[in-house]
Amino acid sequence: MTLKEIKELLQAEVICGDDCLDLEITFAGGSDLMSDVLAFGKPGILLLTGLSNAQSVRTANIIDAKAIVYVRGKKPDKMGIKEAKEKGMPLLSTKFMMYTACGLLFSHGLPGVSGLSLKKR
Amino acid sequence: MMSNENELSHHFEIKGGDFSNAGRASTSIKEILREIGIDSSIIVRAAIASYEAEMNVVMYAQRAVLTLNITPEKLHLKLEDEGPGIENIDLAMKEGFSTATDEMREMGFGAGMGLPNIKKNADKFEISSIPGKGTSIDITICLDKTEEK
Repeated sequence: MTLKEIKELLQAEVICGDDCLDLEITFAGGSDLMSDVLAFGKPGILLLTGLSNAQSVRTANIIDAKAIVYVRGKKPDKMGIKEAKEKGMPLLSTKFMMYTACGLLFSHGLPGVSGLSLKKR
Repeated sequence: MMSNENELSHHFEIKGGDFSNAGRASTSIKEILREIGIDSSIIVRAAIASYEAEMNVVMYAQRAVLTLNITPEKLHLKLEDEGPGIENIDLAMKEGFSTATDEMREMGFGAGMGLPNIKKNADKFEISSIPGKGTSIDITICLDKTEEK
């Protein structure tokens, strides 16, 4: 699934990284807890989070995440956006809450970190 | 920065309570490792270990020096902080044990995963602490695949 398809599914706004919408996303994970993201995230992940400070961008960068989707209409602070631009990390924002955003992506075939998907069940 | 043909060394100062810059040292370490062509899976492990250690300083200590040392065989991260230290290291190493404040949790940290996650990403992990003085952490990641744990 491309980031563009994810943007459309989640009716999301692109905060930065308009030129990266062709990125292929193969799995995703959602958490507001960066400790969990560091412990269970994997390189290439699409991170869905409600944590909107610069730490979300730094954590995503540390684990080589491909992009971040902020849920509940949240947007990162200025420092977060600046750092995301510097690192080439696309940021999106959706009005959907975490459960709905993750459910929409999962039900359209985007698996989680464990690889479990509806198609494989 | 110090370097010779076989060794590269960088020092980073980390300030306790400086949440706005928390993670910058580890981000720099990640860039350095990428520039010198370290394998990407090792970069992520080193960056995660470094970031968790850095966050611990920002959350709990007054200041620390984080030293990155790279030889052809090993990547070594040494962190020495001045802070409250850890009374019970065995307890601190347990997943889920945390003494985090609300401010730390608002930053997305303080779930009690930090030290166990550092250990998970290291080939060799050593921690020592003197309550009231500070904590020292040594993280080694093997670059020579034959020496992996």
